[in-house]
Amino acid sequence: MLSNIGIGLIVLVLILCFLTIYTASFDLKIANQSIKKSIYKLSLFQTTFTVLSFFTLIIGFINSDFSLINVYENSHTTKPLFYKIAGTWGNHEGSLLLWVNILVIFSYLFLVFSHAYDKKFRLYTLISQNILILGFLFFLLLNSNPFNSIYPTPSEGMGLNPILQDPALAIHPPLLYVGFVGCSIYFSAAIASLISNYDGKLFAQSIKNWVKITWCFQTLGIIIGSIWAYYELGWGGFWFWDPVENASLLPWFAITALMHSLIVLEKRNTLYSWVIILCLLTFILSVTGTFLVRSGILNSVHTFASDPSRGTYILLFLSFMIFSALIIFFIKHKKETYNFNLKSRETFILANNWFMAFFLVTVLIGMLYPIFLDVLTNVKISVGPPFFNIVIIPLVVPLMFLMAIGPKFGWIKSKNNNYYEVSFLILGSIVINLLIFYFFGKYSLLSNLIFITAIFLILYSFLDIIKFINKKNKSRLPRIISHLGFGLLVFFIGINHQFSIEEDFNLKVGEIKKTINYEINFEEIKIKESKNYKAVIGNFKLTDLRNSLVQYLEPEIRIYSNPETLTYEAAIKSKITSDIYLTMSNISRSDYYNIKFQNKPFMIWIWLSALIIVLGGFIQLSLKKNED
Amino acid sequence: MKINITQIIIFCFIIFSLLIFWQGLKKDNNYDTKNLTGTRISNFQLSEINDDDKYISEEDLKKNSYTLINFFASWCAPCRSEHKYLINLSSKKNKIQIIGINFKDKKNNANNFLKELGNPYNFVGKDTNGKISILFGIYGIPESILVNNNLTVIKKIVGPLDQIQYNEILNIIR
Repeated sequence: MLSNIGIGLIVLVLILCFLTIYTASFDLKIANQSIKKSIYKLSLFQTTFTVLSFFTLIIGFINSDFSLINVYENSHTTKPLFYKIAGTWGNHEGSLLLWVNILVIFSYLFLVFSHAYDKKFRLYTLISQNILILGFLFFLLLNSNPFNSIYPTPSEGMGLNPILQDPALAIHPPLLYVGFVGCSIYFSAAIASLISNYDGKLFAQSIKNWVKITWCFQTLGIIIGSIWAYYELGWGGFWFWDPVENASLLPWFAITALMHSLIVLEKRNTLYSWVIILCLLTFILSVTGTFLVRSGILNSVHTFASDPSRGTYILLFLSFMIFSALIIFFIKHKKETYNFNLKSRETFILANNWFMAFFLVTVLIGMLYPIFLDVLTNVKISVGPPFFNIVIIPLVVPLMFLMAIGPKFGWIKSKNNNYYEVSFLILGSIVINLLIFYFFGKYSLLSNLIFITAIFLILYSFLDIIKFINKKNKSRLPRIISHLGFGLLVFFIGINHQFSIEEDFNLKVGEIKKTINYEINFEEIKIKESKNYKAVIGNFKLTDLRNSLVQYLEPEIRIYSNPETLTYEAAIKSKITSDIYLTMSNISRSDYYNIKFQNKPFMIWIWLSALIIVLGGFIQLSLKKNED
Repeated sequence: MKINITQIIIFCFIIFSLLIFWQGLKKDNNYDTKNLTGTRISNFQLSEINDDDKYISEEDLKKNSYTLINFFASWCAPCRSEHKYLINLSSKKNKIQIIGINFKDKKNNANNFLKELGNPYNFVGKDTNGKISILFGIYGIPESILVNNNLTVIKKIVGPLDQIQYNEILNIIR
């Protein structure tokens, strides 16, 4: 029943896609400035049906309707309602439906909100976006249909992977999808701009809000994924340079570069070709990431049951996207001459772009090299944190320095030189760094440089905030906040990295272990039955030897029943100054448990700093005017 | 359109990358047990589903020229569909013995399953936590392996048995 409704709705959307493309190409020939009413209606119907199909699937999950293969394979009656709903996008087919939803919704919203711009440009954007929608609809219908039914109807489902049963993970995919799939709209707009010769300022204005929205969601999605890894995976880390994390960073670098160079295009009417390249690149990288993750070429928690036919389809469509975009770009792009003064805002924004391009290429190489090597020579290697840390971290130093001073320069040519201000602040940063170095511990030259520039960026941003309070020039606030957030993020990651304590040992019930500052007492073991899992809970009493403060920690080993899986839940006590992180795992045929104890300073501040970066983006969205 | 060298390089690079991806798709990164055919199974001991004191081990497999080890569970829908082939095979008791391994299942459900559909197995072993099955290279059910009295895996069937595979097994044991 639900299966028929769902497939029916999808087919309707498919028909509406063709109708929209047909009507829009017809309307292109009519020389007036308003788009036909019928196109709006078609687009509205398309959106309604797509959203309805998604709700149909959600209803299937809520009611545990196992006649749908998708529900049978990814849900279970004993699962809490919240995770039943989250299960809708916790699998390949359902998430593809969400993907199509976002493509369609963005298409409609762009059509409605872009009425100030050229008709041809808007129509070409609509057509291009509908071609993307068609591509993914065919993929959905032919290869990954979430509405496929199963007969006879099974009485019970197979359950959702327990490590995905986490609140952070329930909202992480939708956020990332808005961020990554939303990029499609300026991919389409870039194609439309090339075809209809609608370039320069107006093009920049038409897409800038879409870029900001997707940037905010991408950043937020990545942060939430990282938070999930910290709380759920039980390794005590928050960034692993895992191929999937890298795949999500690639479009993020491109979109961050785009967001900055778009300002140059809007203010100075130059860099048009570069902006177009970035628009195309952001979405192409999103789809490439999806391809690598879904096809099973990269193995990770994000690889749902891998199926080569899936990869083949995405690869074909990806090739189609890349080649059509490239050919249109090569035919239509115009040569530009750049005339930038060294001491001007645009030069510094360009510098940002170079850094982003460098990071992008580094991560891309680190991610693709093992795949290439494996295919060409059958040698399996993995490129891990050492490579990325060595190549990327040193460059963060000049990046942060430029982030602080760049925005002080005016457009075109600037005479404003605050040498005193800069030298005074650098001196201040060096002093603060020396204090940390002297009182808390020794670290390498590179770490010193990182701390100095991070503190410099933070101080400079605070100075900007003071100036902002005096002048009330609202348009600068978002930039100040985001740059401040980045400075804080690097600073706290640095502190966290330098001063974390980690201890690994085996204990059995009743034993006590002394570490540098703490005494850990393994008091007892409890068993708890919950709706969808059984848990073995350890009771640990932790005494801080410096101030004899006592805390109780309860790490868990959970045994999920459907599907049967073990997960290790860390016990985390977060305080403003530090996190205490304790995990226990069983050692087979022994009374001993393996205990991992970590004391990580300023963990919460890492999340807060990252959220401050996003906050800047959201404030920017709420403002009408850009920074001048 | 004038084609210049940069454009050619970009195109070549992209085509090269896409071809690598294409090749990468054909490579199987996943742990696979299909190549288990020809290997020997060893060191196993299974207790009976209803009687923990009853065991089956390597020695019992050596007595018969062929043994089909079938992994099943009452909650597994495709297991129902393959059951009739197992029943048919069980009529050839002198040529082949069939061992069922009950995978991650409840005892009562398993017994009801066999009561309802018939019991083709000479011995039903239990693997409540799914660990013993891993030793046989099983990562999902239904799966079956056919071994000879040398304990060598002759044939491995991933997924439910069908008419074709049933005939193949008959050919082998004939």
